[in-house]
Amino acid sequence: MTTPSETEIIAPVAARHVGTPRHHIAIFAGLLVLLLIAPFVLYPVFVMKVLCFALFASALNLLLGFGGLLSFGHAAFFGSASYVAAHAAKVWGLNPEIAILLGVFTAALLGLAIGALAIKRQGIYFAMVTLAFAQMVYFLAVQAPFTGGEDGIQAVPRGRLFGLIDLSSDFTLYFVVLAIVFGGILGIYRIIHSPFGQVLKAIRDNEPRSISLGYKVERYKLAVFVMSASLAGLAGATKAIVFQLSSLTDVYWSMSGEVVLMTLLGGMGTVFGPLVGAAVIVTMESYLAGFGAWVTVIQGVIFVASVMLFREGIVGVIAKWLKKPL
Amino acid sequence: MKLPTLIVASVASLLMAGTAMATDIKIGVLNDRSGVYADLSGEGSVLAARMAVEDFDAAAKGINVEIISADHQNKPDIASTIARQWYDQDGVDMIADVPTSSAAFAVADVTRDKNKIFMNSGAGSADLTGAQCSPNTVHWTYDTWALAHGTGTAMVQEGFTKWFFITADYAFGQALEADTSAVVEAAGGEVLGAVRHPFPGADFSSYLLQAQASGAQVIGLANAGGDTVNTIKQAAEFGITQAGQALAGLLIFITDVHALGLETAQGLVLTEAFYWDINDETRAWSERFAAEHGGSMPTMVHAGVYASVLHYLKAVEATGGKETEALMESMKTTPSEDPLFGKGVVRPDGRHIHDMYLFQVKSPAESKGPWDYYSLLASIPAKDAFRPLADGGCELVK
Amino acid sequence: MFELLGIPPQALFGQLLLGLINGSFYALLSLGLAVIFGLLNIINFSHGAQYMMGAFVAWMLMTYAGINYWWALLLVPIIVGTTGVVIERVMIARLYHLDHLYGLLLTFGLALIIQGLFRNQYGVSGLPYSIPGELSGGTNLGFMFLPNYRAWVVVASAIVCFGTWFAIERTRLGAYLRAATENPVLVGAFGINVPRMITLTYGFGVGLAALAGVLAAPIYSVNPNMGADLIIVVFAVVVIGGMGSILGAILTGFGLGIVEGLTRVFYPEASSVVIFVIMALVLLVKPAGLFGRTA
Repeated sequence: MTTPSETEIIAPVAARHVGTPRHHIAIFAGLLVLLLIAPFVLYPVFVMKVLCFALFASALNLLLGFGGLLSFGHAAFFGSASYVAAHAAKVWGLNPEIAILLGVFTAALLGLAIGALAIKRQGIYFAMVTLAFAQMVYFLAVQAPFTGGEDGIQAVPRGRLFGLIDLSSDFTLYFVVLAIVFGGILGIYRIIHSPFGQVLKAIRDNEPRSISLGYKVERYKLAVFVMSASLAGLAGATKAIVFQLSSLTDVYWSMSGEVVLMTLLGGMGTVFGPLVGAAVIVTMESYLAGFGAWVTVIQGVIFVASVMLFREGIVGVIAKWLKKPL
Repeated sequence: MKLPTLIVASVASLLMAGTAMATDIKIGVLNDRSGVYADLSGEGSVLAARMAVEDFDAAAKGINVEIISADHQNKPDIASTIARQWYDQDGVDMIADVPTSSAAFAVADVTRDKNKIFMNSGAGSADLTGAQCSPNTVHWTYDTWALAHGTGTAMVQEGFTKWFFITADYAFGQALEADTSAVVEAAGGEVLGAVRHPFPGADFSSYLLQAQASGAQVIGLANAGGDTVNTIKQAAEFGITQAGQALAGLLIFITDVHALGLETAQGLVLTEAFYWDINDETRAWSERFAAEHGGSMPTMVHAGVYASVLHYLKAVEATGGKETEALMESMKTTPSEDPLFGKGVVRPDGRHIHDMYLFQVKSPAESKGPWDYYSLLASIPAKDAFRPLADGGCELVK
Repeated sequence: MFELLGIPPQALFGQLLLGLINGSFYALLSLGLAVIFGLLNIINFSHGAQYMMGAFVAWMLMTYAGINYWWALLLVPIIVGTTGVVIERVMIARLYHLDHLYGLLLTFGLALIIQGLFRNQYGVSGLPYSIPGELSGGTNLGFMFLPNYRAWVVVASAIVCFGTWFAIERTRLGAYLRAATENPVLVGAFGINVPRMITLTYGFGVGLAALAGVLAAPIYSVNPNMGADLIIVVFAVVVIGGMGSILGAILTGFGLGIVEGLTRVFYPEASSVVIFVIMALVLLVKPAGLFGRTA
């Protein structure tokens, strides 16, 4: 690459690298068609779960795959947004869209606070700081009176979208969730392929060089952290409305581990990897639930296999094979 | 008083039974199959449900029963997802067992939403038939109120008036502590303090020392499962019981006593709804159960699953169908009778009432063989064993 | 509920002692982690699972072979350490040229596998392992009744910890080890088999975790989840001490045990989170940890 300054990167150089490849448009379109048919073939609640986790994993991927920052505490954002949305919908009786927005807002604020402190550290220390803060959020979730302790917030009403559309039917809700998640993922796609995203990748690949090029690295990192946190919050808040429940599972550290697993398995740094990873893991958990602890073993084997055999993840391997970025 | 309704119900059932075609019933046993409550519920509950179907001789009565099961890992979100899928996709008519109160609330909500039936045996929260009661829930075996009253009242009457609680810091532990404190104080006792430990914990020595320093006569253990087992073990290690303080387990099952061993658990006072060695009928049933369950005797949760499934099937036979309102109506108007709990009744709030028992764990010398663990201190009659109907704050009670 | 002044000094003494006892487990575990990280640059997330294996292998030796506690203390670290050696040879050795994060993810996966397998085999209710006869009973210290076994735990842990520190920081073998982490090529040129040394170091670290497991078996219930939550706490201990600092890990382990013990008295609900609060504070003020060298 040449040595772009901040003004240059927005210019033609960027356009050439950044333009949406045709095969990406085709995949998005195909995906949308599939997802529109899905609820008629599969159990809609199950597909909604996959969608929520796909968004969650994509949000983590934005940070990990494109920002090069491994957060081991993303459950904090997912969970806190889920609690706030559930509380807003149930206790304050707000419309679902407002409840979700409040959840996202909470996650963004939390992301700003945690991110501002965490980005000062790198690599493993970054991961540990995020984990530490996530444990504190978990502690708050156990202690705070409004979260209901281990009962969580239950019987959250799905309510009416904009006060008009009744969401109690799984089908209606499905299309709303689809719109939210698809919108979120397109948003992430847009971020990755924007000039901002290019700088991010430059920082990921060589931070000292980016600094010497005059980029305010910390600001970029903080910005992507907050974006990632907000999108994780969007996923969490939506999940709370879908399942009418938010609980400690959403804030526990194993949730943070699980979303890393999804991203890794699908292929970090790819656009479609997290979607595939989320679909595989959620399907596995649902259909292997009868096998008890074997699910954990299988998850572990997947982790090990991903690290040892295909570090690029499922989609990464396919991309290498097709010689096209996915 | 109930006679007219009884007659109407039985006449109706006779009429309906005559016309009934084969009814297909699907029962989902949802409980912990891999975690801390796997021994007290788990596969044993599935076995108990199956035994109920066999003993009822359902097939001969034109009722085809299928039983499925799943692991909710004690998490409300997983329980809710499974319950929803069972009702929506798999055609489940009734969910049984569901230990862990948070999971039970989740299942109760979904069940109400889908208008099916939930026969809880494993969970403890008295709110299931109180503030959060539902027209679709029957709560069979025990609840925190019953345990707190059984153990609390008895110990205060024995002269153990000064209490200190070691409480698991979650909603259920706090409810158990609050219920017991109220009982202790009402009976003239005194609560000197409490310590709340994060859940789950591993080391309880610090809390035990605080309890010892408080000068209380009784240490109430408002926690469950592995936490309780560890607390009792460490109390023995630190010489707490030898120094004269008594332990009161507020939620202890026979499987916990089995895991602890009599050497450590002896002298513990506890309340249960069922013990295998009460009378000939419970012994006979329990031996059948144990023969198919690797020699382990049933817990009160297993017994509750058996009895509640039996009662449900009787209602299916009586109404000749599986229409939810009719089934709930029949279950609440027809007194229950089974070999394990004897005669009982399901109240309007969904609470099943029956006798409860206060036991003391035997010393190794007193025990005559495996699973001979309890000596009966007192029997608590059904009318006193559970929270009065009016006090629960259930909206179904007018 | 409790106030600082409301606690008699004697009771406080007891609580400090209990904190020290718990701290000995933290110290042993974080020592193993620190040795592995310091010399291999691998974040061993399976440390908790290996601690659990230690307790289980002790139980198995007792149940299936009738081998007592004292022999278990010796045999278990060797057995579990050997599994560590195999893991290092087969998997971890291939990751040294990659980012740390891959090592963390791999060992995280291994932890899931190990814990899952034990859960399938033994359930989670916990298995009994009794205190060896020689150490049963206790001593009345006046301010508290101290079980002999707990006293033994503190002593054993302190001896092993400081022995390890001495071996690494003050002996010739330790000097080779430290040199090998700084510059493996150069040390290799002096005729020392660096890969084998690294493999054995991993085995040793894992053996320490297993030893902690054997020490824990008689007082905590032996169950497959016993290491799952502990590992996160022990990580925090290592990070606070300064990753890779042996002495830091030991001192912080004991120290945080005491801090946690005091939290159990003054604000027991927070006792599981206090270490993370400290970790966040330390990292923000002293990024390399209390005893770490800044890179």
